[in-house]
Amino acid sequence: MACIEARGLRKTYGATTALDGIDLRVEEGRILGVIGPNGAGKTTALNAILGLTSFEGQLKVLGRDPWTERDLLMRDVCFISDVAVLPRWMRVSQALDYVAGVHPRFDRAKAEGFLAKTAIPRTSKVRELSKGMVTQLHLALIMAIDARLLVLDEPTLGLDILYRKHFYDSLLNDYFDSTRTIVVTTHQVEEIQHVLTDVVFVNRGRIVLELAMDEFEARYLELMVKPEHIDAARELGPIHERQIFGRTILLFDHADRQRLAELGEARTPSLADLFVAVIGNKNEAFQPRGNAC
Amino acid sequence: MLSTEATAATVAPPPTLPRTRPLYWSIRREIWENRSVYLAPLAVAGLVLFALLAGMLTLPGKLAGAVDAAQQYSFAIRPFRTAPAPVMAASFIVGMFYALDALYGERRDRSILFWKSLPVSDRTTVLAKAIIPVLVLPLIAFALSMALLVILLFPVTAILLGTDASPTRLWLEVLLEQPPIMLYGLAAHALWFTPIYAWLLLVSVWARRAPFLWAVSPIVLAVVERVAFQTTYVSTFLKWRVIGGMAEAFIPGPAAKGNVTRLVELDPLGFLGSPGLWIGFAAAVVFVAATVRLRRYRDPI
Repeated sequence: MACIEARGLRKTYGATTALDGIDLRVEEGRILGVIGPNGAGKTTALNAILGLTSFEGQLKVLGRDPWTERDLLMRDVCFISDVAVLPRWMRVSQALDYVAGVHPRFDRAKAEGFLAKTAIPRTSKVRELSKGMVTQLHLALIMAIDARLLVLDEPTLGLDILYRKHFYDSLLNDYFDSTRTIVVTTHQVEEIQHVLTDVVFVNRGRIVLELAMDEFEARYLELMVKPEHIDAARELGPIHERQIFGRTILLFDHADRQRLAELGEARTPSLADLFVAVIGNKNEAFQPRGNAC
Repeated sequence: MLSTEATAATVAPPPTLPRTRPLYWSIRREIWENRSVYLAPLAVAGLVLFALLAGMLTLPGKLAGAVDAAQQYSFAIRPFRTAPAPVMAASFIVGMFYALDALYGERRDRSILFWKSLPVSDRTTVLAKAIIPVLVLPLIAFALSMALLVILLFPVTAILLGTDASPTRLWLEVLLEQPPIMLYGLAAHALWFTPIYAWLLLVSVWARRAPFLWAVSPIVLAVVERVAFQTTYVSTFLKWRVIGGMAEAFIPGPAAKGNVTRLVELDPLGFLGSPGLWIGFAAAVVFVAATVRLRRYRDPI
């Protein structure tokens, strides 16, 4: 059974169209990255999947309609909306007590185990913890819940690189298995590139590209072309061209690898470069590189 | 039912999920979050205790100057009859401020997205928030008032013994009659105020900004009506809903001669039969249902 199935998913806020007919199918056991510029509709799509907002069209999550069957759905679905939403007054021990008291699939011992690996004191309040520790706490709670779908909306926003790395490593090592599905949105595309099994590019409420990561590696090739071969390379029909430090880099879809290797250095592009190529010049604000914080 | 063959791609559901207690934990969580729920009445109780203990200093003089035993008794019992009122009033006021912020605060600090990520239904959440002012706060007020009365018994008894008067009648009234009267008064007001609490909950879930202003808008309406039309329908209605509980609950029963001061003079069945109470309940139910709907179906932020 598909974990998420959307057909013609639409959402309008008055005159603005946030989602403009999304068709999506996410199989169980996948890790899907939803990449898109600000305002593309990622959060709206996730809100629809989580039953937080109404929508037009068809949407089924784990076989249920999230808008009408939300209470049942929330037993099997968990989400982190933003690093900052744990209530600031709550103590770590209270958070554990509360989630244990209300969630039938919460394994308290597991959560305590995850917390033991951090430096978070049991009696401290959320407001006393650093941002990174708040994420660790939230993640410890989430990973101890036996959910079938986990939705992460910009979960590492504002965190330093150590916490970001630790976040995804923990998810992969201690949580993910073939029965669980994870959907992530993030701006830090390079970091999760190796974590994803599937990726979807969203722009202006529409899906512009949908790929499995192994297909991505097979299809796309980036060529740092030697200056004398530029024209020959261009004739092979690149989908995108850019200049960096005076060198020309061309992006190819379904190109002849051997031929390209003769013309320069060929390698697998980064997801960000592909994103820029596909979404491209229409959205100047997207930063493909240089996300060092 | 799922087939009994579990393939690699299918997950068999766990045999039974442990039973959870979402309402209980939601109520506990409300108390964790809003410590003023017990701290404010505690502070008021402390102040009352201090004031009454200071008043004890004049009690021996009053007792000595009393004309007869009856007047002596009335001097001695007065602190006990007046002590609970400020504590109870404080708990009702705290209840109103609590209800007004109950569903607004979680949107303001975005913690609603955390609460909504857990399987606690909106109905359970709203019910827990309604139970705080209607049930929990009156119980806290009762416990604090009883503690206050018991603490006061010691100095007053000591003073009475010093004047050769018997404290027995005092003890009987304080320990046997006052608790039921206090409980009745608290329960009656809690029930009478349900539409106000429900109104405040509705405002807290609906208002995008400045919920306090929306909450007091009926009062503004009353003023406007009086100024513009020289009529007082709205203010009479409001007064009835706020103060009416006191009047209705303590309408003298058949055993009373004048105002109600003793247990036997109460008429609880009369109060339960009053139409004002039931109109209030009906309004409260409508407000709470609307509140649950809004929390469920509105965009969280």
